[in-house]
Amino acid sequence: MSDTKRALVAGHADFAAGLVSAVDLITGRGALLVPIQVKGLCGADIEQLLRDTMDSTGVRIIFTDLQAGSCTMAARRVLRQIGEGTLVAGANLPMLLDFVMSSDGGGAAAAAAAERGRAAVSVHGSTA
Amino acid sequence: MTIVLNRIDDRLIHGQVVVGWGQPLDVKFIVLVDDAVAESDWEQELYRMGVPPEMEVRFHSAEGAVAHLDGYRTEARPGILVTGDIATMRYLVQHGGVRDVNIGGIHHRAGRTQHLRYVFLTPEEQAALRDLAAHGAVVTAQDVPAARAVPLEELLTVREDA
Repeated sequence: MSDTKRALVAGHADFAAGLVSAVDLITGRGALLVPIQVKGLCGADIEQLLRDTMDSTGVRIIFTDLQAGSCTMAARRVLRQIGEGTLVAGANLPMLLDFVMSSDGGGAAAAAAAERGRAAVSVHGSTA
Repeated sequence: MTIVLNRIDDRLIHGQVVVGWGQPLDVKFIVLVDDAVAESDWEQELYRMGVPPEMEVRFHSAEGAVAHLDGYRTEARPGILVTGDIATMRYLVQHGGVRDVNIGGIHHRAGRTQHLRYVFLTPEEQAALRDLAAHGAVVTAQDVPAARAVPLEELLTVREDA
């Protein structure tokens, strides 16, 4: 299994580190993901951090935590600037597990993982 | 209801605004005042995408916002006004009658010193905040509703390590 980075995971506070840690515990493939922890940064600094990490790793897939979040806003701007890449907002653990277990880890795998993550949410017990 | 929060936040619309403040205040609309965003359809779409469908977003330049503020204040629904910098809010205080200012996020940049975890200011920005108060605005720093509102004079006095 190559440790070539496949995707950035960016989110508020320790969100990304927690998810990547869980992915590694379950699959041993956490090294395929690069956690980006965002604390106390303005939008421009988040953009710079994402851009620098994408440049240094060659990664063009980004998972973020919250659709309305500053990481998502920054990621959309970066992808627009570089003219390529895939962003999935609303990442969860089932989604990232599916992504790291995929064969190639490209944009199609990210889209498929997004569907898997969406379908993995369930509610049990009383909803009253 | 009316504009329930006039916020300075260099990230403009993001999680703290939409979820942290928006949900407990039952916010139905956000007024984003920023000259650059007001001229960019792409940026406006970006911010609209970040809010739930029941929450409306309106965009204005600083100058353009002034004519609409009285109307927003008489809206039946609660709303949040957000600017990305102190200068824009100062314009609204001076020309638009804004009287309560929440500092929600002014982050690190060269030349700024840290006052709170989420507030960094240059000497010029400190003076600009004092000018807001001199024009009658009550200025406090508070990133999320559960945090304590830090009065301006305390904010300008306190220094925190990065």
